[in-house]
Amino acid sequence: MTLELVCPAGTPAALRAAIDAGAHAVYCGFNDETNARNFPGLNFSRAEMADAIGYAHRHDAKVLVAINTFPRAGDFALWTRAVDDAAGMQADAVILADLGLLDHAARAHPSLRLHVSVQAAAANADAIGFYARSFGVRRVVLPRVLTVQEIAAINRDIAIETEVFIFGGLCVMAEGRCSLSSYACGNSPNMNGACSPASQVEYREEDGDLVSRLGGFAIHRVKAGAPAPYPTLCKGSFEAGAYRGHVFEDPVSLDAASLIPQLAAAGVTALKIEGRQRSRAYTQAVVRNFRRALDAHAAGRPIAAGELRALTEGQQTTAGAYSKTWR
Amino acid sequence: MTNRVSEHPSIPRFPRSGAAALGFAPLLPLNLAAGRLATSLARRHPALFERLGEQAGKNFVIDPTDMPFVFRLAPQPQAPRLRAERRGSAGAWDARIAGPLAALIGLVHGAYDGDALFFSRDLVIEGDTAAVLALRNAIDNEELDLVEEGLALFGPFAALAALPASRLATLVGGLAGVALTRRSGGSFA
Ligand code: SF4
Repeated sequence: MTLELVCPAGTPAALRAAIDAGAHAVYCGFNDETNARNFPGLNFSRAEMADAIGYAHRHDAKVLVAINTFPRAGDFALWTRAVDDAAGMQADAVILADLGLLDHAARAHPSLRLHVSVQAAAANADAIGFYARSFGVRRVVLPRVLTVQEIAAINRDIAIETEVFIFGGLCVMAEGRCSLSSYACGNSPNMNGACSPASQVEYREEDGDLVSRLGGFAIHRVKAGAPAPYPTLCKGSFEAGAYRGHVFEDPVSLDAASLIPQLAAAGVTALKIEGRQRSRAYTQAVVRNFRRALDAHAAGRPIAAGELRALTEGQQTTAGAYSKTWR
Repeated sequence: MTNRVSEHPSIPRFPRSGAAALGFAPLLPLNLAAGRLATSLARRHPALFERLGEQAGKNFVIDPTDMPFVFRLAPQPQAPRLRAERRGSAGAWDARIAGPLAALIGLVHGAYDGDALFFSRDLVIEGDTAAVLALRNAIDNEELDLVEEGLALFGPFAALAALPASRLATLVGGLAGVALTRRSGGSFA
């Protein structure tokens, strides 16, 4: 069975680039707090989403609409409206994290395909079984904390599809549960849709060093010529006792292209590329590369890996938790 | 992590001799063209300005670091302004985006990824990060071609100017190491 390639799109142009480069499915969100990439100038108006779904369907591709933040108390209608609109536009699936929203989608749109977002951090067969039984969920996006062996064990015990991240920026905590950005900025990535919101980020060149501040706190100082990281606290440099450096995680990106055969053998249905915040140049290059890799795998040919390092944060890549070689 | 990255190997720099010569050139003709380009962009690409949302009220300095001047952009949809200024004479701004001319043009044409240029330090951003992101995303979605936009300034004579313009773009682009046009674009057709 061919693995499905699920690709990011932050704009209609990126969606077209992804599909033209060979994406089987594209995930994207509305331009509000209902999705976890609520960045300035990004995402789709209602009209753009409807057009995008039409374009995808004409090109035999699917559109999965991410409505994967957690609704704020008193504001539930913003989220249910997003689900209702996606269903009305014939989206191929919605990607949800919140139990209440899953319940709404299952009741109001029984034929709409439901995927559990990575934001739900469903990391064991029991939790996934609960989503499947309660809401008829068809696929779960697994959090990036599992080894390939753990993914295989989960797949043996569940009856629905699994999707895993194959490439892109790493959110190193169990997703949906990180409060680092909330602590520094006062806005929750999980409810407002942006980790390290741009409005709270400041870059300044100081004596040739690049200094990044988040919510007024200096979180990186990078020497001239060294790669710059995203302004996220998890990749920040801090002093802890005698240690000075990256306390949580180095600024590296996920590239698990070389693990495609193992992930397929572990029973994974779909591979996901991170990066809705990236440009169409990134989308095109990464999607093309991974579509080639999947076609090579399907044809029994070796997979060329590591060609995309220049596009990655930290310009270094890791296989992440899949092979547990990180610290 | 302290491993050093080299400058993006594929980003050409504008020839120093050319930049030095341009340093003595008057800015008036460039400013006239830039002003008309901004007005024409607002007319031809309203979605770009919609996508900017509240960030359209910000003042941007676009700084091609291998050129002797910078551009100041105020993208209000009703009265957008774009003008060239000598580096150093640029007054207050909300956001500054700096990098080699080829990188900046490559961003407009979708040849480069803004985040990747930022990671590799080929692109420097300062000031209002939300404004920079909004501008970057809005431009990326618009699939602009600078030669096409330039031609649009010729109005009904655009078709006549198309062939010489594309030849000139290839020639000048080749000399300066800058891709002045992009190959393809699209809409949901
Ligand atoms: S701070 Fe890091 S781990 Fe936390 S949400 Fe942001 S990217 Fe993820």
